[in-house]
Order: sequence, then C-alpha cells, then structure tokens
Amino acid sequence: MTAPGAASIPAGWSRPAETLAAWILGLLWVLPLAYALWTAVHPGEYATHFVPSAPLTLENFAKAWQAAPFARYFLNTILLCALILGGQLVLCTLAAYGFARFEFPGRKLLFALVLMQLMVMPDVLLVENYRTMGALGLRDTILAIGLPYIASAFGIFLLRQTFKSIPRELEEAARVEGCGPLQVLWKVYVPLARPVYVAYALVSVSYHWNNFLWPLIITNSVESRPLTVGLQVFSATDQGIDWSIITAATLLTTAPLLLGFLVFQRRFVQSFMRAGIR
Amino acid sequence: MTRAAAWTYGWLLVLPAAALLALFTHYPAVTTLWHSFFSTPRAGRASVFVGLDNYRGMLDDPIFWQALTNNLWYAAGTIPLSIGLALLMAVWVNGKLPGRAFLRLAYFTPTVLPMIAVANIWLFFYTPEYGLLEQVTKALGGSSHNWLGSKSTALGSLMLVTVWKEAGFFMIFYLAALQQISPSLGEAAAIEGASRVYFFRRITFPLLMPTTLFVMVNAVINAFRLVDHVVVMTRGGPDNATSLLLYYIYEIGFRFWDSTYAAALTIVLLAMLGVAALLQFGLVERKVHYQ
Repeated sequence: MTAPGAASIPAGWSRPAETLAAWILGLLWVLPLAYALWTAVHPGEYATHFVPSAPLTLENFAKAWQAAPFARYFLNTILLCALILGGQLVLCTLAAYGFARFEFPGRKLLFALVLMQLMVMPDVLLVENYRTMGALGLRDTILAIGLPYIASAFGIFLLRQTFKSIPRELEEAARVEGCGPLQVLWKVYVPLARPVYVAYALVSVSYHWNNFLWPLIITNSVESRPLTVGLQVFSATDQGIDWSIITAATLLTTAPLLLGFLVFQRRFVQSFMRAGIR
Repeated sequence: MTRAAAWTYGWLLVLPAAALLALFTHYPAVTTLWHSFFSTPRAGRASVFVGLDNYRGMLDDPIFWQALTNNLWYAAGTIPLSIGLALLMAVWVNGKLPGRAFLRLAYFTPTVLPMIAVANIWLFFYTPEYGLLEQVTKALGGSSHNWLGSKSTALGSLMLVTVWKEAGFFMIFYLAALQQISPSLGEAAAIEGASRVYFFRRITFPLLMPTTLFVMVNAVINAFRLVDHVVVMTRGGPDNATSLLLYYIYEIGFRFWDSTYAAALTIVLLAMLGVAALLQFGLVERKVHYQ
C-alpha cells in the first residue's frame, strides 16, 4: 500500500484521516522532549507555565555544569566509547576474517559458541563479571566497563557476512601480487567493508554512550563513571528537586549524540538499517 | 597455502576474540550455574554446597513471583504495542504524507537518547502536581493522580516509556523492508482493483514477515535486558509493582549482596531468554520462506 507504486491504488476517504492520525502520533512523540527543552531553557518559575513571553535563559545549563563534574564524565564516556570501539574493530575484524576465509578444525563449534553471546549477554551476567573484575583488580576502572563488550558476537557476525560476500577473485589477485593473509585483509577486505564499519561504529557508540546498568555496578568514583551513571548520581542525590536543572543536565549529557544524529540523520538511519538486516 | 598454515592462521585470528568471549561470557555463564548451588558466604560463615536450596527458596519468594509476573506482563504489553506502532509509523512515513521528514524524525529521535535520559524526562512528565500529564488532566477537570506512585498504574506508566523509546527503532527496519517491495506489485493490485487494506493484508504484511521476526527477537531480548528506567523512575516500587527480573537480580546481588541467590535468579532469566530464542527460531523455520 505504500510502496512507490502505492499512489496508483485508490486511496478514498481514508487518506486525510491517516494524515491526521500520523501527525497526532508525531506530536505526541515529540511532546516529552519539547517539554524537557522548554523547562531547560526557561527560569524555574516558568517550568510549567507555558507563556510565549517567558524569558529564555541558559542559566540552568550553567548551574548543572557546575553542580557535578560533567566535564570529567564526558571525558570518561568518550574514552570508554573509544576503547570499546577500537577493541571491537580489531578483534572482530580478525575473528570475522578467520571464520570467513580459513578452514580449521573446530570452526563451526567455535562460531556457534560466539553466537551464544547474542543470547547470553554481558548485560545479564552482572554478578559473575563483577566477581571476575574484582579478581583481576579492575573494579572501578573504565577498562572494566568496556572489557566484557569488546569481543562482540554481533560485530563478528556482521563482518563475517560482509567478508563472505566479497568475491574471492579479488583476494587471489592480491595473492598473485605477493600479499600475505594479513595484507590481503588490510588491502582488500577492510577497504571494501567500509560502509559496514561505519554502520557498526555508529551502532556501537550509541549503544555504549547509553549503557547504564553495568557501569553503575562496576564504577564507584568520579574518575571512572560515564555520563549516564554521573547523570543518575546527580539527579538522585537530593538537589531540592529542581527540575529545570535536572532536565538541563539530561539534555546536556545527550546533546552530542542528539546533535550528531540531527546532522547525520540519513547516515544514522541507514547505518541502523544496515546493521540490523542480516 | 598449506592446510597446516590455514589451520594456524584460522586459530590465531580467532583466538583473541575467543579468549575474551570465554572470559566474559562462557566462564561467567558456567560459574553462575555453579555458584547457584552454594550459599552466600557471610561474616563468620563460609560458603557451603546447598544443592537446590536457592531454587527452592525462589519458589517460596513472593517478590520473585511478582517480578516474574511483572516481567511477563511488561513483555506482553510492550512487544505487540511497539511492533504494531512501528509498522504503522513505517507505512505512514513511507507513503506520501505531508511533513514526512518531520514525522520520521519525530518517531526516530527517542531511539537515540539513552534510556536513563528518557527516564528522567518522563519522570518529570509524570510528576504529581507539577508534571505535564497532571496539568493536562487538571485542565480537563480530572483529579490528581500519582502515576508512578500507585500500584495500579506504575507498571503501565513504565511500559508507555518503553514503547515511546522503542517503536521508532523498529520502524527503521520496517521502513527498509517496505522500500524493497517492488512497485509493480502495487500497480498490479491497482489494475485488479484491490483495496488498500486487502493489498496490505495479503501482500505487504506477508512480505514483511522476516522483518517482523527479526524485530520480535530484539523486542523480546530488550523486554528482559533493559531495566535502566526502573532504576531511575521507581526502584521497583511501589511495593514491588514495577520490579522486573533483571532489576530484582540487581537488587539481590548488589543491594543485599546475596550473590548466590542472584546467580540462581540469573539462571532463570537465561533459561527464559533461551526458551524465547528457541520458540522464535522455530517460528522462523515455519513462517519464512519468502527470501
């Protein structure tokens, strides 16, 4: 009904009704965000007073920024995302290449074991991973937040599919020119898989920028807390519940991701699609 | 390349990822099971083997049953609703509606936000006396209601937040699938005089089946994996009305520090995820032969 050819199907009375419904849903969907934005950019007394004459202010953002070490939290989140993504790109590329292009005993079993992680996620194995991090002496470090996610079954699966779809002739041509297996990977497979890498990177960064429960458990200090946990600590401790400041802090912590999304909207959406469809 | 060389390369390439996976997925999965048969060490009392005692305790634990029931209701409510809305959104945004770009943005934006931020925003939205929802109900002459504070509405309020956040995400996958459906199908249907509803029911929806299954797998996993909003908005209350399984595990494991009981609960959660996976793959086998 909505494929490009849909216009040729007689629409009848239902079109305007559908447009109306779509818009009502759309407005309902932006309402909470718009409300938060209103509260954040107006003085506290206008938080629930919707008059067009309300003065605009950035004071709430300034107050929030001073009330908690958000600069440090930003740094931690950026380090965390970089650590995870860097590790994932290297490890998943190598493993995917191994699974896609080399025959070795135990390959099928190993791959099945890798796929198990799609169901048995680090998000669920909190208690035992907390114990392991204690044994490794890593509790309350950024490394500890990232380690369980670095070997990503999803990344291995996605890249393996991509590598398998690349014609072997290209590899053989490189071989003839004297490239070893690692050079083939670097010169043939990695460049050809670039769009998939971009897609995977976007999905990975937005996942880990937003991750909360495991970082909440494993971190305990300003030096290692990512933004999400910092935001929660900030808004849960008694601020006299000043909603203007809390919403300002909330928007502040999500701003980079939100802005990135607005600017690269098309890229984002395509990436999520590419990473999702197998 | 000789066979031995291929073996070596294969193994070496896979090794680093396999080692980390073993350490943080397979090893903890096994030790979770192992520890669930022991008692939690307390001051002056070492951990001892107790067999199935943790599981027996679970059967007698009303909060466990409550969390399980809550989680099942939560799944039963959020999964169909967010998938249904996602399909509707995709169909709308794929058509020729005025303001299509804005609508697409409006539907998808919640997906980019962290659940923790979403929860904060909605917490404010739901605040008694002060929040927007209250203002609207008061303006309409309704009485004040503490949405997150009363047992009858707290879980429903959380479910709404989840649907708001997830529908746009699933919409993307439907949108991608819709764009791959050949326009000639629509033209043929028009020539035959098929109605839009008929065309959707007999052509579009069956063609979207693989997408629906993919989205469903994700929705089920998220229904059991994501409890960030519970931590922020209700802490499982009032009176455990919004405690979900993973949140209860978190409480037992990291607020009461009963790690072996938490391990037993984790095994139940993993078993449920496993059963869900098997059911869905069974469905995939039977239903998907379009692609």
